Amino acid sequence: MKQRIVPADRIKDEVSKLLIKANTVLRPDVFKCIKILHANETSPRAKNMLKILIENAEIAKKEKIAICQDTGMACVFIDLGADVKVRGDLLNAVNAGVKEAYLKGNFRKSVVCDPILRKNTNTNTPAVIHVDIVKGDRIKISVMPKGFGSENKGKIFMLNPTVTRENIVDICVNAIKQAGPDACPPYVVGIGLGGTMERSAYLAKKALLGALGERNRKKHIALIEREIISRANGLKIGVMGLGGRSTVMDVKILEDATHIAGLPLAINFSCHALRSASEVI
Amino acid sequence: MKNMISPLKEKDIKALRAGDEVSLSGVILTARDQAHLRLCELVRKGKPFPVDIKGQVIYYCGPTPAGGSVIGACGPTTSSRMDEFTPELLELGLKGMIGKGKRSREVRESIRDEKAVYFVAPAGAGAYLSKRVRTCEVVAFEDLGPEAIYRLEVENFPLIVAIDSLGNDIYENI
Repeated sequence: MKQRIVPADRIKDEVSKLLIKANTVLRPDVFKCIKILHANETSPRAKNMLKILIENAEIAKKEKIAICQDTGMACVFIDLGADVKVRGDLLNAVNAGVKEAYLKGNFRKSVVCDPILRKNTNTNTPAVIHVDIVKGDRIKISVMPKGFGSENKGKIFMLNPTVTRENIVDICVNAIKQAGPDACPPYVVGIGLGGTMERSAYLAKKALLGALGERNRKKHIALIEREIISRANGLKIGVMGLGGRSTVMDVKILEDATHIAGLPLAINFSCHALRSASEVI
Repeated sequence: MKNMISPLKEKDIKALRAGDEVSLSGVILTARDQAHLRLCELVRKGKPFPVDIKGQVIYYCGPTPAGGSVIGACGPTTSSRMDEFTPELLELGLKGMIGKGKRSREVRESIRDEKAVYFVAPAGAGAYLSKRVRTCEVVAFEDLGPEAIYRLEVENFPLIVAIDSLGNDIYENI
């Protein structure tokens, strides 16, 4: 079968464009959710903060300023069709796109070359890149500039296979409680359930790409999502931890097969400024 | 909403109570993780600071590049990462801090003992806050880029008192 050819430069351009968009234009589903929380919020102080967040998104979009000064570490998810060939170096192209976006967009360069030496690379590269081989001849690119205020609150647990659903909900609600006011609530909580240790962490991050308000297609998983949402909003942490009913905007679970001896559970937090953008080429 | 000028006067700080809403104008200094580390290293070596923090307000912030404006997005970063350095700076005369989120018990007690104040600013609203900064210049540790110490002149920065000079804390029960 004839392979479709895509030049690596095309990937670079697309990554750059998507990162500029993600950092300056709030995702429509996130923006809509903040507006709904604003309309329903009863605490005057929380309502005022939500109004500031709406104004912030409008200023960022109009003036092409970053929504948040933490323009994050670039997480890039690539679904690479098995029938498409990238001419050139795919990974270099992604990093070139990140470098271009952070320079052009006046975004903060927040990446250091080494965890101990901590020298800033001044390009916001390298990105964290995940490549999945999928069917077809298309390439889907999703970018998520991930701020570390919320990233730092992430947790991973290697649970027993006999753990109850109630235990799972308790652990997740407790993690949200521990994140408290620090990581810019109302949160979107990504949860990876199953797989291996690193697979669950990957799924927790990837879950944040899903549309807010859409439940997991499996009923028993959707039920866990609903339970966590309901209990988390009962914590009354609220916007900036100042109380009120808006503690989480959504909780999204991605599940996977796992081993008879365990149940990995990873929790990845996003602040209210959940930023991502996708394109299929 | 109380209008206040930074640097803050002692009597103004004492009048503030946790939960008060404040509109702050005047001069503040940014400093975050690496700047705090360096300042505390200077203390240990007995060397002077490149910028005087006595009586000043520190803003936990690392802005995006200005790109032709005064400053880029400039919201607060998580304050708790600065907790281990804060009591030392308060003992040296730092009077105010702006950030987001909870502080440790040690910091809360130090704020009470040194009669200082901790404010929180709208978090994740960096574009909105950038419109309230009139001037921005690097005053120390330029090599740290976004983590350098910047001197900002702000106008009507919307803040909430999170810990007051009596040690009251809006997050105590969270």
